[in-house]
Amino acid sequence: MLRFILRFLLLFNRQGKLRLQKWFVPTSDRERKKVIRDMIMLVLPRQPRTCNFLRWKDLKIVYKRYASLYFCAGLEEQDNELLALEVLHRYVELLDKYFGNVCELDIIFNFEKAYFILDEFLMGGEVLETSKFAVNVSMEQADTLQEMMGVCCRI
Amino acid sequence: MPAVSKGDGMRGLAVFISDIRNCKSKEAEIKRINKELANIRSKFKGDKALDGYSKKKYVCKLLFIFLLGHDIDFGHMEAVNLLSSNKYTEKQIGYLFISVLVNSNSELIRLINNAIKNDLSSRNPTFMCLALHCIANVGSREMAEAFASEIPRILVAGDTMDSVKQSAALCLLRLYKTSPDLVLMGEWTSRVVHLLNDQHMGVVTAAISLITCLSQKNPDEFKTCVSLAVSRLSRIVSSASTDLQDYTYYFVPAPWLSCKLLRLLQCYPPPEDGAVKGRLVECLETILNKAQEPPKSKKVQHSNAKNAILFEAISLIIHYDSEPNLLVRACNQLGQFLQHRETNLRYLALESMCTLASSEFSHEAVKTHIETVINALKTERDVSVRQRAADLLYAMCDRSNAKQIVAEMLSYLETADYSIREEMVLKVAILAEKYAVDYSWYVDTILNLIRIAGDYVSEEVWYRVIQIVINRDDVQGYAAKTVFEALQAPACHENMVKVGGYILGEFGNLIAGDPRSSPLVQFNLLHSKFHLCSVPTRALLLSAYIKFINLFPETKATIQEVLRCDSQIRNSDVELQQRAVEYLKLSSIASTDVLATVLEEMPPFPERESSILAKLKKKKGPGAVSVTELEDSKRESGELNGAGERGPDPSVMAASNASTPSPSADLLGIRSAAPVSNAPASAGSLLVDVFSEAGPAASSGAVNDDGFLRFVCKNNGVLFENQLLQIGIKSEYRQNLGRMYLFYGNKTSVQFASFTTTVSCPGELQSHILGIVEPLVEGGAQIQQVLNIECLTDFSDAPLLNIKFRYGGALQNLTLKLPVTINKFFQPTEMASQDFFQRWKQLSQPQQEAQKIFKANHSMDTEVIKAKLLGLGMALLDNVDPNPENYVCAGVIQTKSQQVGCLLRLEPNAQAQMYRLTLRCSKDSVSKRLCELLAQQF
Repeated sequence: MLRFILRFLLLFNRQGKLRLQKWFVPTSDRERKKVIRDMIMLVLPRQPRTCNFLRWKDLKIVYKRYASLYFCAGLEEQDNELLALEVLHRYVELLDKYFGNVCELDIIFNFEKAYFILDEFLMGGEVLETSKFAVNVSMEQADTLQEMMGVCCRI
Repeated sequence: MPAVSKGDGMRGLAVFISDIRNCKSKEAEIKRINKELANIRSKFKGDKALDGYSKKKYVCKLLFIFLLGHDIDFGHMEAVNLLSSNKYTEKQIGYLFISVLVNSNSELIRLINNAIKNDLSSRNPTFMCLALHCIANVGSREMAEAFASEIPRILVAGDTMDSVKQSAALCLLRLYKTSPDLVLMGEWTSRVVHLLNDQHMGVVTAAISLITCLSQKNPDEFKTCVSLAVSRLSRIVSSASTDLQDYTYYFVPAPWLSCKLLRLLQCYPPPEDGAVKGRLVECLETILNKAQEPPKSKKVQHSNAKNAILFEAISLIIHYDSEPNLLVRACNQLGQFLQHRETNLRYLALESMCTLASSEFSHEAVKTHIETVINALKTERDVSVRQRAADLLYAMCDRSNAKQIVAEMLSYLETADYSIREEMVLKVAILAEKYAVDYSWYVDTILNLIRIAGDYVSEEVWYRVIQIVINRDDVQGYAAKTVFEALQAPACHENMVKVGGYILGEFGNLIAGDPRSSPLVQFNLLHSKFHLCSVPTRALLLSAYIKFINLFPETKATIQEVLRCDSQIRNSDVELQQRAVEYLKLSSIASTDVLATVLEEMPPFPERESSILAKLKKKKGPGAVSVTELEDSKRESGELNGAGERGPDPSVMAASNASTPSPSADLLGIRSAAPVSNAPASAGSLLVDVFSEAGPAASSGAVNDDGFLRFVCKNNGVLFENQLLQIGIKSEYRQNLGRMYLFYGNKTSVQFASFTTTVSCPGELQSHILGIVEPLVEGGAQIQQVLNIECLTDFSDAPLLNIKFRYGGALQNLTLKLPVTINKFFQPTEMASQDFFQRWKQLSQPQQEAQKIFKANHSMDTEVIKAKLLGLGMALLDNVDPNPENYVCAGVIQTKSQQVGCLLRLEPNAQAQMYRLTLRCSKDSVSKRLCELLAQQF
């Protein structure tokens, strides 16, 4: 069986509102809804300072809370939980660097940016670029392109 | 609005998002969304051509609406248009939309693929990356077909930019995972391996994921990567914490790459080349040494990254399982983590130790941590950590510490979390069996288990204890004594009554000498529990009573009186009544000799894999219990059963096999019918027939489609029936809609509890259950359920109906194919001969026709055939076919998305008892499906 490092990545807040969902493996709508519901039910009631890892079906679940948002990833049986935890952290750092002190509202109003940043960092559930510098360079480049072109087409 | 002003904030989008956020109710939100959808639709349909910015804005709004969980059925075309924009942001939004809302619409896929192709050949690295991301995100087969040969070229081309190489590597990996047959190995493969030497760390990081995956499938072709990986790893491990600049993560050099390298090496055995191996061992030692160094940062990220590498190195050491020195060091390191203040590390240490425990070199070293682990089980605050501790105790258990571990697990069970009790029970049962040297300990343990956690003791567990007691004559007396004592508790679990009934029925004589447990005392004790038990248990007790009559003739009168009383002999439950009647008769007419033969002691059970183990494995999913573990316990349970020593009598084997539905079934070999047919199993054919049908047979989860084909040409009837349940259906269809009434009848006199039904449909159908069924179905009662069905497009798979309920204590689980077939949506079409043949000719493409020649299975009577064809739903056309023997039909299948015209011709050959069936439909999949369905009807 071929493994996907990450199966999915979800961002939801303390009220259980989903803010971002990324599926790295083809998943039916039904299955997605079930995973989302189960993850929220599993993670939200957990006490602070318990461990960041869980088992769910045949998956390892790694989650971490940053302010009001939970970042939650599902990985395969043999994957490295600690490293996955740092994948989440690196993603938060990237968001933070881009938005400057990122908060939930940034992700709500600029959801497309959150997806773009994730795409620069992960592809098909694998880490594409671990260098914060490189990811930010390509995001900045994209923005520069965007601004330059924005001028001429928004008149 | 947030303060971000990077890029171009799309004002309209931000306003819309604010509006949605301000909605007080779900209804208000839906109203606002519908307004916006109407607006966007009119904008897209309007005469004025939209500029790229507006198009992007609207597509983005649609995306937002979709991500809120609403359906989007337009805008795809506009998104595809954005792909060919030469403005980066428009392209980017277009790609994002496509990636999130994958659509298998073939027309669109062609356009999307075209846009991707253009971007891939644009030589603009940002555009190329966008295109590669889109391929990786969608990853469909169509895309794999279009690009699987192109991407390897981009990956290894000399002039490709690094960032594009990275994306190409992972994109190819994604395609390889979904469609490995389309990614052909070739000249590029050897060049991919050399990407391990690439100067750019990002390229190596991405490429190594691809290489690892390819090596798993083709280890020999990629063998050279081992030495390359070792030297790369060695360079990283020995580098100073700042050497790798931006690839250093919180003072840890390239943690992602290091872990991936260690993971790649786990695809191979230890390197044969001495020098390479030496270098690798050095690396592993360095990693272990670094764990002892003081941390370079107090940040948790630093220690996480460092320990991630350490755990991956330990995995590799365990994988090699050949370096005792490293294994022991790994074990000691994990031992330190067991007491670490970080919960995460304690969790992972427990988890990794589980695998270490199975290595012969480290098993002893793991065992030294037993006290710590037991302590973790008792004191950890987090249930997921406690669960790991229980797992590890299970893994480290052997003959030397089994008593201690089982005792600890039992005492933990008294307070254990409900979520893990069932698994704990299984584990205790397995360990007790696997390491039992003295069987009285085993019996004590299982009875304790039932006492402490009776509700969680599954059938398999108590079947097993009985099987073992029966197979070991040295424990039978003890078992009878213990179970007799346990039954004296004022409240004891029904499972205890089952074990007690069975064991006393077999071996009650062994303790009958003691006046405190004389036959009558035993009987009265059992019978005092009788009225509180469920039907299956009562049935089992009745069998125990008849065995008593054989064991202790002095109890005959008392027991006959019990059997004779109205509550038995007139019991509304057929099974109980039948037993009472038959046992009473048997005890009155059979001579002592016959009685002794019929009710002889149970023969030893044949040896087979412990079903408890199978259950645990199933519960935890594949891979949780290692193969060696399985084999171990098989071997050991073999000893325990003693079946090998005794050599079971072949005739007995035959008798008990006769009642075993499948060789892999449970230990008693009689599934949920076990308690029902225990007594007569050894009685030859005398009673077996009566009882072998008595048990509820359909408790399995396999799909039952017996009734399915009978309903192709009719709408009403009995879909399913067994001893417990009858399901009837009535259905009616109009256009693309159908309504099905389901009637569930409880055939027993006992109520079904927790009765639930669910229907799962293939994507082409939509179903909706009206009203909820009551969870309780009284004995003899019938309940009704209505199901609405909508056919969206043509389909082949039938919806599945799953029914679960409890009958007595046992969970019944039943899955049926609902007879919803494509022909139900037929509208008959009358037409004249000329029209028919004209249309027949129009549908002349080879794939539009499906034909089958088959033997008649039923009467070839004209009226019968006509009735079936009418039941099919098409119009039966007279005077159309020149040969009056033939039948022709015409009809249109109504689905939500389209109509499919169908013509049918059935040519019987009475002499040969054969038919030729030909179907022509405007959609080829429909011809095929109808042909399959109909070929089994005549």
